[in-house]
Amino acid sequence: MTRPGALCLVIVLAIAARLEGQNPLAGDAKAAKAGEYEFRINCALCHGLGARGGGRGPDLTRAQKKHTHNDAEMFQVISSGIPGTAMPANGTNGQGVGMTDEEIWQIITYIRSQEVKTPVAPQGSVAKGKELFYGDANCSLCHMVEGRGGRFGPDLSGVGGSRTREAIIESVRNPSRRLAWGLTEATKEFPQEYESVTAVTSDGRTIKGVTLNEDSFTVQIMDSNEQIHSLQKDTLRSLTKSRESAMPKYDADVLSDKDLGDVVAFLTSLGVK
Amino acid sequence: MSVARASWVKTFCRKGRKEIPQRALRTARYGLIFLVACFSHSLYAQVTSERLVNSAKTPQNWMMYSGDYSGQRSSRLDQINVTNAHSMVAKWVYQTGSTGKLETTPLVVDGIMYATGPDNRAFALDARTGRPIWMYQRQIPGDIRPCCGRVNRGLAILGDKVFMGTLDAHVIALDAKTGNVIWDVAAADYRTGHSFTVAPLVVKNLVVLGVSGGEYGIRGFIDAYEADTGARKWRFYTVPGPGEPGHDSWGGDSWKVGGAPAWNTGTYDPPSNQLFWPTGNPSPSNRGEGREGDNLYSNSLLALDADSGKLNWYFQFTKHDEHDWDATQVPILADVGGKHLIAQANRNGFFYVIDRSSGKLVSATSYGKQTWSDTKDSEGRPVAKKEASPTLEGHTVCPGALGTTNYMPPTYDAQTGLFYVTARDQCDIFSTAPQPYEAGHAFYGSAYFPSEEARPYLGFLKAIDPATGEVKNKFQHTSPTWSGVLSTAGGLVFSGDAEGNFIAFDAATLKPLWHFQMGGAVYAAPIAFAVDGKEYVAIAAGSAVYAFGLP
Repeated sequence: MTRPGALCLVIVLAIAARLEGQNPLAGDAKAAKAGEYEFRINCALCHGLGARGGGRGPDLTRAQKKHTHNDAEMFQVISSGIPGTAMPANGTNGQGVGMTDEEIWQIITYIRSQEVKTPVAPQGSVAKGKELFYGDANCSLCHMVEGRGGRFGPDLSGVGGSRTREAIIESVRNPSRRLAWGLTEATKEFPQEYESVTAVTSDGRTIKGVTLNEDSFTVQIMDSNEQIHSLQKDTLRSLTKSRESAMPKYDADVLSDKDLGDVVAFLTSLGVK
Repeated sequence: MSVARASWVKTFCRKGRKEIPQRALRTARYGLIFLVACFSHSLYAQVTSERLVNSAKTPQNWMMYSGDYSGQRSSRLDQINVTNAHSMVAKWVYQTGSTGKLETTPLVVDGIMYATGPDNRAFALDARTGRPIWMYQRQIPGDIRPCCGRVNRGLAILGDKVFMGTLDAHVIALDAKTGNVIWDVAAADYRTGHSFTVAPLVVKNLVVLGVSGGEYGIRGFIDAYEADTGARKWRFYTVPGPGEPGHDSWGGDSWKVGGAPAWNTGTYDPPSNQLFWPTGNPSPSNRGEGREGDNLYSNSLLALDADSGKLNWYFQFTKHDEHDWDATQVPILADVGGKHLIAQANRNGFFYVIDRSSGKLVSATSYGKQTWSDTKDSEGRPVAKKEASPTLEGHTVCPGALGTTNYMPPTYDAQTGLFYVTARDQCDIFSTAPQPYEAGHAFYGSAYFPSEEARPYLGFLKAIDPATGEVKNKFQHTSPTWSGVLSTAGGLVFSGDAEGNFIAFDAATLKPLWHFQMGGAVYAAPIAFAVDGKEYVAIAAGSAVYAFGLP
């Protein structure tokens, strides 16, 4: 075939594929391999090696995804990003180069190849978990789900769509191991984390809480009463930060394995539509 | 001369051509003022190559990327100093209306500021008020995919023209008074990954600049164009072709896609007529397989004859690089202890001091966290450990791919005798991801991402003594920053941070004396200038340019 002819065919196929919402490279093992490398270069920073979720980005091996239901939507999300989230449009994350359409399809092929085909059967009771969350387990004192609960910890309304069961269990049993990402400023490389902080003001007041934001001269803190404090660092008697999470460790004595299973069942049911 | 006066004079002179006799006869006093004004206007309108050579002696102007040919980014202005810096205020803000990073270093000549923005923008401002005089934006082809943002680091000036490298790999000359395009030359094909983000350097009548595209497997080059016409005077390929010295440092045909771009502005030594231009990584950036050898002249400092582009000597910082450690940091010319030296804080974590006449290494000292080298060769050059190479599974190496420092320009302050540089401690997991070369496609051959085990990632402003390589002082930022650094004769060092602060430091102690929250992260470098005898310090942050001064 002549080169223009071949090009026309590719374009026609690509348009047809787009209209159908299908991946022209679907199921192609070679494309999946190329996609794996593209994924590492462009996506793994947030979504982790193997697409199993990183500090910032959701686990993409889940068959059910929050923002995309088919290949066409996934193409759209990779191309244009998701407004209001840390997911950037193709080529705009400031590191690395933009991908071609073909490379995006390769990545989709790779992600599809990594998906866990049969979702793990839910372990535990969602209803019981919800009861515990808002009741005896005291989760809602600090965490909010769909408008109900506290503000001291991260809002968990979308956690089911972005974290694996294992990651949620780890965060309950050992909250300090990996603090959640907090505020993401548009141009800042690394978002703030839920670091614990203790400030002693010049008049001797002690303020304990989590950092909402910070720069070299000021710090914004929320205390456990959900009060926001704006503090000038050079006026403080001391400022101590800790990687020990403000969340208590829920070990088996505090929350049995069975109750944990119920809470996790509730949390993993969230944010998946 | 003030801008207000300049524009008044311009209008008056133009009008005056017809009206001179009447006006001059009517009031001799008016006529005298007019003549002086017209004279001074025409006197200052032209930027000659002599003015560029002597630019450090006219500190009211900032006439090239690093302030002068030495690359020291140090101003002799001292009106703003350690005793009054605490009272600094914002004088004006210019919103570019763009999205994306501003990496520009503005120029200021005779009260007019010339700067660039993302997406091929250039503009001229009244440096006293921030009011725009002209704005230019070049249309970008839809299929352009420059690495690392649609950025530009600034302009160069000569005569009544300013010069710009464009994202689609053209070199253009704009009329300094109107922004009109005077000439437009295609240097390379943007579709194969060539682009310009560099601020050109004018030497004599030549516009010198280096190409970007180390992420696309280009063959790098440094070009010189005649300022009057845009005709290319010379090109130096940073990857030697068959039969040229250094060609055998590339396995097989790898030289054809060898990279070694030259995307940051070099420096110039007028007495020896030598350009010192640094080069970037070999391609693919993180995979050495297939390009066996040292890969000359990637990650090197090149000493080139400015008239001919002929190579006098080279010094390679990182041989056969597999970590994206472009050596494109500004090579600062400084005379220390009677010796003519070049100092460069390199992306690979070492601070190099090189003899300017011979190109021989004087010292190489680590100035940040690094794990790739623990031995040196007979000439004192750090040698890479074998196990620092990326693997399929990936493993941690320090510094990470962004380097201990990057393009952000440092400063050398002759008063303190110290070299100030923005540094970061961050390690990355480097893993191989083999990719075939395809023209215009990303060509990394690997992937890297911040290593969790190396957290938190730290950012610093560090003061290094070039005589010993010792880090004398440091200031720790809240997070790593991409801001360049300026020093002034007022005993001050200026820099910005990722949280949006612009900070004045005491150069002797690196204690912050003043700061201003600009509301956007800094990716640019500061400058100092003066209008009407008043000193200003300016920097771009977020999508705006800010100027600060005394109340």
